[in-house]
Amino acid sequence: MTHNGMLLVDALRDPAGTARLDPAGWTALLTIARVEQLLGTLARKLSGLPVPDAVADILEEARINAEYQRRSALWEADCARRALADYAGKVVLMKGTAYVAAGLKAGEGRHIGDLDIMVAQANLPQIEAALLNAGWEWVKEDAYDDAYYRDHMHELPPLIHKERDRMIDVHHTILPLTARPRPDAEAMLADADALANGLYVLSPTDMLIHSAAHLFADGELDGGLRNLWDIHCLIDERADDAFWPALASRAAHHQLLAPAERAVRLAHQLYGTDIPSGWRRGHWPDTYYIRRLTARDHWGRGTHKLTRLLFYIRSHWLRMPPLMLARHLWTKWRKSA
Amino acid sequence: MHEFRVQVGPAAFRIGSQWKRPLDQLAELYRDYPVPQIPDYSVRLESVSLLRRFIRPSVAINGDYMLPDAAPLPLEQGLLAAEMAMNLQMALGWRRHVLLHASAVEKDGKALIMTGQSGSGKSTLAALLGHRGWRFMGDEFVLVDLESGDAVPFPRLISLKNEAIGAMLATALDGRFGPLMPSTPKGDIRHLVPPSDAIAHMARPARPALLLFPSFGFDAAVREVGPSEVFMRLTQASTNYVALGEKGFSTLTRFVQTVPARAIDYRDGIEAEALVNQLWAECA
Repeated sequence: MTHNGMLLVDALRDPAGTARLDPAGWTALLTIARVEQLLGTLARKLSGLPVPDAVADILEEARINAEYQRRSALWEADCARRALADYAGKVVLMKGTAYVAAGLKAGEGRHIGDLDIMVAQANLPQIEAALLNAGWEWVKEDAYDDAYYRDHMHELPPLIHKERDRMIDVHHTILPLTARPRPDAEAMLADADALANGLYVLSPTDMLIHSAAHLFADGELDGGLRNLWDIHCLIDERADDAFWPALASRAAHHQLLAPAERAVRLAHQLYGTDIPSGWRRGHWPDTYYIRRLTARDHWGRGTHKLTRLLFYIRSHWLRMPPLMLARHLWTKWRKSA
Repeated sequence: MHEFRVQVGPAAFRIGSQWKRPLDQLAELYRDYPVPQIPDYSVRLESVSLLRRFIRPSVAINGDYMLPDAAPLPLEQGLLAAEMAMNLQMALGWRRHVLLHASAVEKDGKALIMTGQSGSGKSTLAALLGHRGWRFMGDEFVLVDLESGDAVPFPRLISLKNEAIGAMLATALDGRFGPLMPSTPKGDIRHLVPPSDAIAHMARPARPALLLFPSFGFDAAVREVGPSEVFMRLTQASTNYVALGEKGFSTLTRFVQTVPARAIDYRDGIEAEALVNQLWAECA
């Protein structure tokens, strides 16, 4: 069983330690960093350090690419801002775009894919109409999928802009409606912080809680190393003494205390994040999470098929009740047959 | 996983495969190329399922950069799968030069660059000229340096399609050819190892001196192409122009301002070669 993902964790935690890598070690590190979408982040961490010439070229390419992603994410956010200029409510940027728009460390070198925004659920029809009017269109016209999204998901079906070919995910809360925790989306919107351009980002505690919820309560841990790096950076940059009690009570309010605690703990265990002693108490499943997160071979392929399968089943279990899951998979299966 | 590594121009690849044969074919065809220590990109040829590793084996193309809807190929076309995968890494990943979907040959330190839709004959023309006094620089991608504006070679195996296979068998009499792969998604394919000077000098750039937009299948003709049209066509021929931002823009702008461009029509290789020589004497 190989856990070459630890190569990446070690390099992010102790960049100077890469001096010990041989060519095979570098090859594995760079391949895994790419799969985990952390190559741009790694390039930032290694800048100024001596690396082999071939590695320097690859890292420089990653920096160029990260800058491109930052530029296009901000541009896409601005396109959405203009499309929603007549909307009186808050438009909250989420995930990677929020980090770069707010100038946070978590955004440095970060890979950014789709644009994620959050708005009040009651105003979704207005948002939808404004986006369709500004050139976005539905990715897939499918009655079942469409109804599924609208009835059970925390976001609209994905929209893509017909000229720029970029996707937007419009959220109204941070977890699927079928999941057990019911976060307080209204409070998240109410406490969101304004940016200079009129858009918003989640408050520091909500930002961390969203990242944790995304990782544990929703996903099957894919991209988890990047998610935990985001959390590491958010804590490293903004956590003062007042932050921790605020985080605990806010997470409890959103019914997401356990995922938030686990995210903080795992960030500490993987990246050495500085957290208060009260948050460090180990829990035995943490070991399995770390195994799952770092299970990669030197080609970047996921290893530990069984652990992966269990986490996959778990992710669906968390997202929806079992009978509903069965019905959903049945419909999906019939359509693909 | 079996493994093979190769350096093509400035790019270094690692190719892994669950089957040995495609890598043996690559190793034979790329035997004169350098072997890199730390590859820029990794590519994997893997079975679509455990069963299909042995029964009607089918090659899925995976790697650092992947297309979600890339269809798998039968194992007999494993060499093609590897070549397509390497091209994909360049098209989606390369950020060190402006990457143009174009072919190029060199003479006296100056580069002739040809771009156009597939079927325009740019690959075949580069292969032909590369065997007739020019240095072959590449038949798929030309890399334009962001600082100097020079064309940097990317002389991977020449990928011959359909009628071009017969034409090159007649031209490159001592050429080393790969296996014939009939009825691939792109038609019949056969690879040809570039001439030895192309491989020996693959690190040597050349100053772009003439840009041609060839069209195969029309009576011989030459047309001027205005700078704004050249610019638009080059942005369409580039996979990374947008990603490179301002540097991409200034590099392409300088290219358009300094390199003469013509569209040429031709019906066969002899006609094309005559047009190329005539324009080269006039413009380059």
